[in-house]
Amino acid sequence: MSLLEIENLSLEIGDTPILKNIDLSIAPGEVMGLVGESGSGKSMTALAVMRLLPHDARADGRVTFDGIDILAAPEAAMCRLRGDDIGMVFQEPMTALNPVKTIGEQVAEGIRWHTGANRADAEARARAMLERVGLPERQFPLTRYPHELSGGQRQRVVIAIACALKPKLLIADEPTTALDVVLQAQILDLLRELVDENRMSLLLISHDLAVVAEMTDRVTIIRQGTVMEAGETARVLSRQEHPYTRQLAEASTHVPARARAPGRAAGAEPLLKVEGLTRDYPVRRASLFSPARTFRAVDGVSFALGGGQSMALVGRSGCGKSTLARMVLALDRPTSGSIRFLGEEIGARSADELRVARRNMQPVFQDPYGSFDPRQKVERLVAEPLHLLDGKPDGARRRELVAEALEQVGLAPSDMEKYPHEFSGGQRQRLAIARAIITRPKLIVADEPVSALDVSIRAQILDLFADLRDRLGVAYLFITHDLTVARAITETVMVMHEGRIVEAGPTETVLGNPQTEPAKALVAAAPDLQRALERRLVRSAG
Amino acid sequence: MTAYLLRRLTIAIATLLVASLVVFSILEILPGDPARIMLGMNASADTLEALRTEMGLDRPVVARYLSWLGGMATGDFGRSLTYSSSVTDLVLERLAVSLPLAAIALALSTAIAIPVGVFAASRRGHAADTLSMGAAQVGVAVPNFWFALLLVYVFAVGLRLVPAGGFPGWGETWASHFEALKALVLPAVSLALPQAAILARVTRSAMVEVMGEDYIRTARAKGLPRRVVLWRHALRNALIPVLTIMGLQFAFLLAGTIIIENVFYLPGLGRLIFQAISQRDLIVVEGVVMLLVASVILINLLVDICYAAVDPRLRTGR
Repeated sequence: MSLLEIENLSLEIGDTPILKNIDLSIAPGEVMGLVGESGSGKSMTALAVMRLLPHDARADGRVTFDGIDILAAPEAAMCRLRGDDIGMVFQEPMTALNPVKTIGEQVAEGIRWHTGANRADAEARARAMLERVGLPERQFPLTRYPHELSGGQRQRVVIAIACALKPKLLIADEPTTALDVVLQAQILDLLRELVDENRMSLLLISHDLAVVAEMTDRVTIIRQGTVMEAGETARVLSRQEHPYTRQLAEASTHVPARARAPGRAAGAEPLLKVEGLTRDYPVRRASLFSPARTFRAVDGVSFALGGGQSMALVGRSGCGKSTLARMVLALDRPTSGSIRFLGEEIGARSADELRVARRNMQPVFQDPYGSFDPRQKVERLVAEPLHLLDGKPDGARRRELVAEALEQVGLAPSDMEKYPHEFSGGQRQRLAIARAIITRPKLIVADEPVSALDVSIRAQILDLFADLRDRLGVAYLFITHDLTVARAITETVMVMHEGRIVEAGPTETVLGNPQTEPAKALVAAAPDLQRALERRLVRSAG
Repeated sequence: MTAYLLRRLTIAIATLLVASLVVFSILEILPGDPARIMLGMNASADTLEALRTEMGLDRPVVARYLSWLGGMATGDFGRSLTYSSSVTDLVLERLAVSLPLAAIALALSTAIAIPVGVFAASRRGHAADTLSMGAAQVGVAVPNFWFALLLVYVFAVGLRLVPAGGFPGWGETWASHFEALKALVLPAVSLALPQAAILARVTRSAMVEVMGEDYIRTARAKGLPRRVVLWRHALRNALIPVLTIMGLQFAFLLAGTIIIENVFYLPGLGRLIFQAISQRDLIVVEGVVMLLVASVILINLLVDICYAAVDPRLRTGR
């Protein structure tokens, strides 16, 4: 008898169909993976189980939890279920906690609400729960506020809230997507332990096949609101009988076909040469009279990047990689050290003197939604860097250049009349790349350029990066926490840890056989579909 | 928290000093000799000179500024020549009307606006929302003096519950306190309603924004009913913009109430400053303006402290 039974669930928001005839069941103690790309309806399925759907959503079908008909239950009954028998963990730990309440209050609140315990008892239970999720009271007293915790720590608090009353079912909606790989591994371990200890069922929603392969007993793969394939995880993911499953698996390990990397001409000065680069940030003083202190975000970094080369900069969140990228892009000034680009020092230049450097060096950022002004047309957005050229091109020439850049990235020249919201996430990232290549730069600095994209889109964008390098000979500096991306399109890699480069060398060597602790930790924590499946097969055979 | 308070306090004092400099310089630059204006065109040179000496106008600018500043610090705002009484006494007398009036109006407006705003936000898109925000729109649009006249017509002339105007003074007995309070009811209501309308709209939009936040969903996933989430989790997060508007409103209510004071014939600060300006009684103008500046700064300081009380992220000053 299954704990949760979803039969024939269909969902519409307004007139848009979101889910069509979803079937899914979870037995007590079972871990079910729900896999799909963005917009496939994974989260809506979870919210339907919690009955926390948007108010204009209409659900049909049956959802039965522990004998209760969820879609028909009165609201009071749902309030008794939520947080007591069904717990939920969300994707974004930075915003999932109320910023004006202490973590103790937030964990104890659900306990008091459901059990009627007095404040002291509820706090004692909250304390024990926080300790269990790895936040012992000595370091993390109940009086801490969410802003005093890091992302990983906040996610632990959210897990503590969800598991405080030992629910029968825990729903985790992309619980580690916003975290770096090392934290991801820790949080997944914690979830697995809690599930085992309390014989909870877990509905794990993820876009990451490797995570699902490691964690789940069974898997349901959905696409555009319809179940594509369901079954035992090891079998579904290793046989890949359904074409969509195969497509997802291939995309997640996709390596662009690449022409040979151009050899560096001997003796020629590298395109980018960074030496002894350091950046200090002032730390806010504890009081008016305490001495000023600084935080060293980047500490004595040196490296060189040749023309047409592709280099990855990997490391955990907060290790300083984005600060380094900002300095290379001359968006931030180094405290000391030098950055030579095309043989010119750019560290201490004025905005006007940087025009030549900026023309030859363009950024691509992570968030394809946030990096465009929604009220401007594509023509204007893509043409933006053209003001860096010496002779400002006239209207006709400008349109010509925009059309050319759009074609280079696989969009149509007619797209220049559209606004950003008319494009999908992947297309917007193509726009960002078109904007970056319009001045024919020699270097593109890409900060997590594919981590907000679905696996199949990500594969296409990686192909585009590889293709542009072959055609335009542009060099890349990829900042990423995702080792698959680093493996797919770079020849060399630098591992950054606490502001320093701890290991650097050819990508295969460094990631295949890491020498330093931080690099080993990164490699060990990175989810790997093949490895996870092998482990699983060994486990079920033994 | 202490560092935050110290920093706010330092800023407040600095602002006050800059403001005093500005007030003093503006009146200094203003054309016309105060002594001559007071005495009229026909005064003899000797009388004029005597008055100038009496008023201290013959001393250097810096010395006059400093003694003015020093006087204010000890509670001496100088003497009004038109009222022939000390400015401090004048102001205190008027404050006894204006301060309670502003406080009552603000309390009324808050007591109306926050529940209405929260309610409208919780019924977003429903008839109740549309209706209450429509009413708020009317409240913003209707001039308060017209509304005041309406109130007088109904409650003073028609029902004879409260006086139509005037202020009997606070007196010594409870009965006289009550009479004074009765005289303030209609002015306070007519001041409060437009303020409440604005505040309700601000509360509603802040609440609507907060209700879309992730932590609201987390609270719902704990099993709390919507209504409980609204009051326990959403309201406190929505308070920052509400407090900002309340601070501005209180400052306005202290001095910007001249029309209502005229309608109800109340001896408040607004009328004092209006009369002082028309009679060119610069000493009173200076004193009252500085007092208002100081109260605005004080209110802002209080608002800042409230921010920190509401939002722990602001306590560290980040």
